[in-house]
Amino acid sequence: MNISTSVLLIPLLPLLGFIINGLGFRKISKGLASIVGTATVLGSFLLSIYTFNYFLSNNSQPITVTAFNWLAVGDFHISFSFLIDQLSLLMLLVVTGVGTLIHLYSSGYMHHDEGFGKFFAFLNLFIFSMLLLVMGSNYVIMFFGWEGVGLCSYLLIGFWNKNKSYGNAARKAFVMNRIGDLGFLLGIFLIIAHFGSVEYSEIFGRAASVDTATLTMITAFLFVGAMGKSAQIPLYTWLPDAMAGPTPVSALIHAATMVTAGIYMVIRSNVLYTLAPATLEWVGIIGLATALLAASIGIFQNDIKKVLAYSTVSQLGYMFMGLGVMAYSASMFHVITHAFFKALLFLGAGSVIHAMSDEQDIRHMGGLSKSLRITWITFLLGTIAITAVLPLSGFFSKDEILMNVYMHSPLMWGLGVLGAAMTSFYMFRMFFLTFHGTFRGTDYQREHLHESPISMTLPLMILAVLSVIGGFINFPEIFGGQAWLANFMEPLFANAKQASPEAFHHAHLSHSEEFMLMGVSVGVAILSLIIAYVMYVSRNTVPAEEGTPIPAVQKVVYNKYYVDEIYDMLFIKPISALSYFFYQVFEFFVIDLLVNGIGKLVKQLSNLTRRFQTGTTGFYVFAMVIGIVVILLVNFWGFLFR
Amino acid sequence: MEVPDVIKTIPLNWYIFFATFLFCIGVVGVLIRRNALIVLMCVELMLNAVNLLFTSFSAYRSDPQGQIFVFFIMVVAAAEVSVGLAIIVMLYRNLKSVDVGILNKLKW
Amino acid sequence: MIQNVFWFLTFLAIISACMVVFSRNPIHSVLYLIITFFALSGHYLLLNAQFLAVVNIIVYAGAIMVLFLFVIMFLNLRRETEVQKPIAVKFAAVISGLILLAVLLGALLKADIQPGSEVDSQIGLVENLGKVLFSDFLLPFELASVLFLVAMVGAIMLGKRDPGEPTI
Repeated sequence: MNISTSVLLIPLLPLLGFIINGLGFRKISKGLASIVGTATVLGSFLLSIYTFNYFLSNNSQPITVTAFNWLAVGDFHISFSFLIDQLSLLMLLVVTGVGTLIHLYSSGYMHHDEGFGKFFAFLNLFIFSMLLLVMGSNYVIMFFGWEGVGLCSYLLIGFWNKNKSYGNAARKAFVMNRIGDLGFLLGIFLIIAHFGSVEYSEIFGRAASVDTATLTMITAFLFVGAMGKSAQIPLYTWLPDAMAGPTPVSALIHAATMVTAGIYMVIRSNVLYTLAPATLEWVGIIGLATALLAASIGIFQNDIKKVLAYSTVSQLGYMFMGLGVMAYSASMFHVITHAFFKALLFLGAGSVIHAMSDEQDIRHMGGLSKSLRITWITFLLGTIAITAVLPLSGFFSKDEILMNVYMHSPLMWGLGVLGAAMTSFYMFRMFFLTFHGTFRGTDYQREHLHESPISMTLPLMILAVLSVIGGFINFPEIFGGQAWLANFMEPLFANAKQASPEAFHHAHLSHSEEFMLMGVSVGVAILSLIIAYVMYVSRNTVPAEEGTPIPAVQKVVYNKYYVDEIYDMLFIKPISALSYFFYQVFEFFVIDLLVNGIGKLVKQLSNLTRRFQTGTTGFYVFAMVIGIVVILLVNFWGFLFR
Repeated sequence: MEVPDVIKTIPLNWYIFFATFLFCIGVVGVLIRRNALIVLMCVELMLNAVNLLFTSFSAYRSDPQGQIFVFFIMVVAAAEVSVGLAIIVMLYRNLKSVDVGILNKLKW
Repeated sequence: MIQNVFWFLTFLAIISACMVVFSRNPIHSVLYLIITFFALSGHYLLLNAQFLAVVNIIVYAGAIMVLFLFVIMFLNLRRETEVQKPIAVKFAAVISGLILLAVLLGALLKADIQPGSEVDSQIGLVENLGKVLFSDFLLPFELASVLFLVAMVGAIMLGKRDPGEPTI
């Protein structure tokens, strides 16, 4: 197959699926809708593999495929073209691969839902947008995809739109994302103003010639966009609320793919960020703060999906921390492994929720390991992977990030390890509460406990395998590995290295130091695991039910540090008070007065002047003559009396 | 080339003033009379004043276009009079009067 | 000699124009208007615009004024039935007319009006005018015929009596 056809087909297939399912979801049967939805994404996945092989066999040369000239304003052109290089290929494989599994899972999970075809249409649209985002060869196409995934996220969070709070969660996600998108858009405008182009190749080639202040501004604005999309402080609050959507959506959009768009964007713009160290510093600090804050909130959450949501925010924080210390390939590594185990965890959680007849509160679960064997094992693997215990995938990626952070600043490393400890604690807390101990649900739920169908467990098993072995794509040299991913991604940073060679120049850690760091983080994780085991298995503690008094500190954390309430007080209340003021006072005394006053004035004046409309033709002629005289006088005044 | 005596002896200005006088008499006539026929005649008077102006300029400046214009004005005036008189006849038929003062329906 | 003729025709025209406006009887107005047209034709002759002089008499004094007379007699307007406007209105009308005259005259007096340097007395003759009319102004001339047709149709439409409408 021609390579450009294959590249063009990758995003077109999901679009086709969206059109078929979207137009015909009332007519198409559920079976056909799931086949169309899954097959199109699977097709994209196979084409991505084909493209990947072609890319490797072709000396890893970037491929640009131009579909058409999109916008032309004078000399300024934006072409609708796709760029296939190491980064977009990795993202392609993750998005389409995980996407296929989640489509498959959805066909089982959503089987009883009446909006089945609609759901698949939205999922396909999301995949299409995400593919545009990662494949575009310029910032405008990236923005196109960026907005597209935002829209799909909105549609899917509010998928069960008959529930008002779900709709509100969707709106919250949309508005929060819009704030970020505005920053992203401003960044693109600045890029256009300073580079006169939006094509990656042109911008990155010329980045070194632009002064640092401008680049700092551009990168800061782009990062604001990343904050919104990847749920970083202060725009993270939408992501936990986004769990209102169906669980496969949480797995696909709010864990594995869409939220990594910000990281993708930063890695894509690594030249600009490398040349703007001030922004990088902030990226690192915000990432660290987000990682810690979200992890601490996660400790006291009782909703299985909320815990996972906060762990996602926290993991995204780690990725940004890695970006902040210029460990781009390590962050990308974490994106990939995170996609595996977080999708696994969410799908596992979905399986649990499915089995528990839509119960999400872990206080009402417990002892599920006996009835849900596959879910239990796969969930355990995912949990170990996220807590970064050797040798599962999370260990390698998180450890690489932490190692780079240590080289940058040992203090940040220490805090990062603290976050890792919290991660380990809340993940195992959730795991033990869900699968061990005694069953705390209702009798109805107990009777209906069942393992999920094969269409749901198969993706779990595949993802579990990937979570276990995923770390080996970047097996570190210290264990005699090749660090394949880091080498594969090396050409991406060629421009940045050329522009700023000293930035990439940092000391190497000795092997003993590396082992020491690994030992500390693994040790801390295992320690937290033991604490969690003691608390929730040996002592059988169950978190207090709603309404029972809890210590003040715990209460603050349980209520997510009241961030939503603070935002409410800081932004929403004043604006709504101001709007109310305008509505009550300004509207009434100024607008109404003005509008009605003008109306009345005109009416009064016309009452006066209508007397001139006598209706007598003679009078009109007279008025005309007077008018002519006046016009002549005005015209000739200067001439007559000069 | 023979030059008309009047061009030699009478300045162009006199013709202009004369035409202006005639025009203003027509205007006053339109304003003070109520008989639709007289009003129409006064309009004719004004048209003729303009015709005279055209002709005198044409003669004094030796430009035939002015006289052509007068010719066309006559054409239009003839058409206008025919329609105008038809309207007056109809007016009389409906109102039994040719008084423009009766026509006072053109108001709010 | 020629000046005397000019002044005679001018005064004749102005006085009879005034009489058109001020005479009570419509028929008198028509007759005075005819006198005015004749005086104007005399002026055309003085200006050597012979074609216009003849056309003026034929069209205006002949056709149009006969039409007026015909209508007046047709409508039986000999009686002085016209309702007079109030004296104040008349006064205002005359005043505004005079102001118009004053403004126009003032502007014209100040204006620098130049007669042509070279005078060709032959332009007003039928031959010369015809050449111009049928070369440069052929299209307007033809359009004028359409105008006439329209006016004719319009006049007939207006003058036609609807079935059942009472006679005069």
